[in-house]
Amino acid sequence: MKEKLYIDVDGFKIEDRFSSLNNDLKIEMLRKMYEIRHFENETEQFIIRGMIHGTCHLYIGEEATAVGAIYAIEGDDYITSTHRGHGHCIAKGADLNIMMAELLGKKTGYSKGKGGSMHIADVKSGNLGANGVVGGSIGIATGAALTCKMKKNGKIVVCFFGDGAANQGIFHSSINMASIWDLPAIYLCENNVYGMSTSIKEAFNIEKISDRKSAYGIEGLTIDGNDLVEVFNTVSYFAGRCRTGKGPVLIESLTYRWSGHSKSDAQVYRTRKEIKEWIEKDPIKRYRDILINGKILTEKDDRNLENEVIKKLQEASEFAKESPFPDPSEVEDDVYA
Amino acid sequence: MPKNNERTRELTYLEAIREAMQQKMRSDSSVYLIGEDIAEYGGAFGVTVGMLDEFGRERIRNTPISEEAIIGVAAGSAMTGMRPIAEIMFSDFMTIAMDQIANQAAKISYMFGGKARVPMVLRTAGGGGTGAAAQHSQSLEAIVAHIPGLKVVMPSCPYDAKGLLISSINDDNPVIFIEHKLLYKNKKCTADVPEEIYEIPLGKGDIKKEGSDISVVATSYMVQKSLEAAEKLSLEKGIECEVIDVRTLRPLDIDIILGSIKKTGKLLCVEEAPVFGGFMGEVAAQVSEKGFDWLDGPIKRVAGRNCPVPYSLVLEQEMIPGVARIEKGILDLLG
Repeated sequence: MKEKLYIDVDGFKIEDRFSSLNNDLKIEMLRKMYEIRHFENETEQFIIRGMIHGTCHLYIGEEATAVGAIYAIEGDDYITSTHRGHGHCIAKGADLNIMMAELLGKKTGYSKGKGGSMHIADVKSGNLGANGVVGGSIGIATGAALTCKMKKNGKIVVCFFGDGAANQGIFHSSINMASIWDLPAIYLCENNVYGMSTSIKEAFNIEKISDRKSAYGIEGLTIDGNDLVEVFNTVSYFAGRCRTGKGPVLIESLTYRWSGHSKSDAQVYRTRKEIKEWIEKDPIKRYRDILINGKILTEKDDRNLENEVIKKLQEASEFAKESPFPDPSEVEDDVYA
Repeated sequence: MPKNNERTRELTYLEAIREAMQQKMRSDSSVYLIGEDIAEYGGAFGVTVGMLDEFGRERIRNTPISEEAIIGVAAGSAMTGMRPIAEIMFSDFMTIAMDQIANQAAKISYMFGGKARVPMVLRTAGGGGTGAAAQHSQSLEAIVAHIPGLKVVMPSCPYDAKGLLISSINDDNPVIFIEHKLLYKNKKCTADVPEEIYEIPLGKGDIKKEGSDISVVATSYMVQKSLEAAEKLSLEKGIECEVIDVRTLRPLDIDIILGSIKKTGKLLCVEEAPVFGGFMGEVAAQVSEKGFDWLDGPIKRVAGRNCPVPYSLVLEQEMIPGVARIEKGILDLLG
């Protein structure tokens, strides 16, 4: 029998399950990261051309966290997402055509044009939705975890939220409730350094957001959110723990958003130097290099993979552009089930 | 009212509500309770007394004092296959959970294009008259009734309370179910309630007393007060009021009100909340849009004064409408 490998992550001895994955799955994760990157590139083009009616919050630079975490759980597990939710939605298996159609406000979109970027959801794939309210989904995730526990269905929930949400009241009351009830929830804080324009230095007086674990009597740790392997292994380990009834965990994933907060952000609160430093830590390049160095993929395979994704995104954009808008008569549909 | 062949017993409003929950919990394992002090204590008003013994801690989920998480958890569990009944101890505390009520639960169906459902009930105790002052006595129904995606129910008697709560639990939408503290153990308001499970459809009002001189539309405890005023005027002056209980504020049964004013030509609206921006403003607007031709005078409102609910009994009785004010409102309209 092959011996299990362990890695040290912020003081935890965590099994390196990534190493034992088959190559197809490792490449699939790279594909998902490319899908997110190019989906956001396409979205940015639509923003520039004035084709996005509302706002959008791009996930570029944070791809390793969504993909690493979501591939570490089962397909029928639940997630809740944030207002920066395209990445989670894609990683959970959403259809790119239907997503892009929603962003353009089309009838063929996930919410028939009623939700847009901030409310994108694919409930069938277990994605309980992006959320326009910072922290708004933490309670919903906790409720989904309660369902898993009460129905004993073996499922777990990954609750994505940002550093900004960690200062909302619902963060506190929900994680406390999950802790007292040992709910199977992974609270995954994507610390991308800014809550809109306010830096974590201005918003916190603690070194690590994961230090808040002790307030709830749960486990917690801080990981490199730009390292897909570390994200995958950590979430995989704690998912297993959750499934055996050991209760929730608070994972802080350190990452950075390359783009502005939303489509109208002059970015006066940060320097070009800082952005450049983080771009050099590109999670996709980093993961691709791991696969190439591990001889799982050649440079050529990688180029082909990325080109396939670009083509797929062009098709998604075409689908979205050609799709019809909803009929105005539908405006009051779906208010009630 | 119960049908002739139904087996009934006399229950209080509180007992009728408890029985609805017990019967639904026995027949549907996805129904559970979540709220503060609902286990051994039996809820602040005693509605859930005894339920812990029957259903256990897993389904009678006693929580920390965390209204926002209670509603968030209820909504998230409802989206994933449960049918929670969340108890918010005082309706005033809905404001603490307002993001989860108004931005999350209410809008999930619409935001997700009808692809998600939130079948949950938020039960809460509203209204004043208990000396609990400004933060434990409000009638906030207009705030929630204003939000598309929510249904709002306010029963005025034990029979309605049971049937409406059964329907609310069975409904696939978030329902705000506002109970009145002065009805819970009110011996004057006990009534025959069927032993069996029964539904009263949401969106159907009820005529509590027929009459041809004037229509009086009211909600919750004000239905009982209006009935008292109507009895008194009938006995003393031979005035016959028709008293209508809308029972559900949203969806609103406007037709039952229009049907009544066709007969009487006069409408008095009675509610406990401050008159400014109150729910009865909506009733008055709809009646004037749809039934103006049948009215032979202006619509009048008897409602709470435009101030928070005060503490002193003297002031509280001034703020909240009583039988005398309703009586005067009726007489003013009859000229």
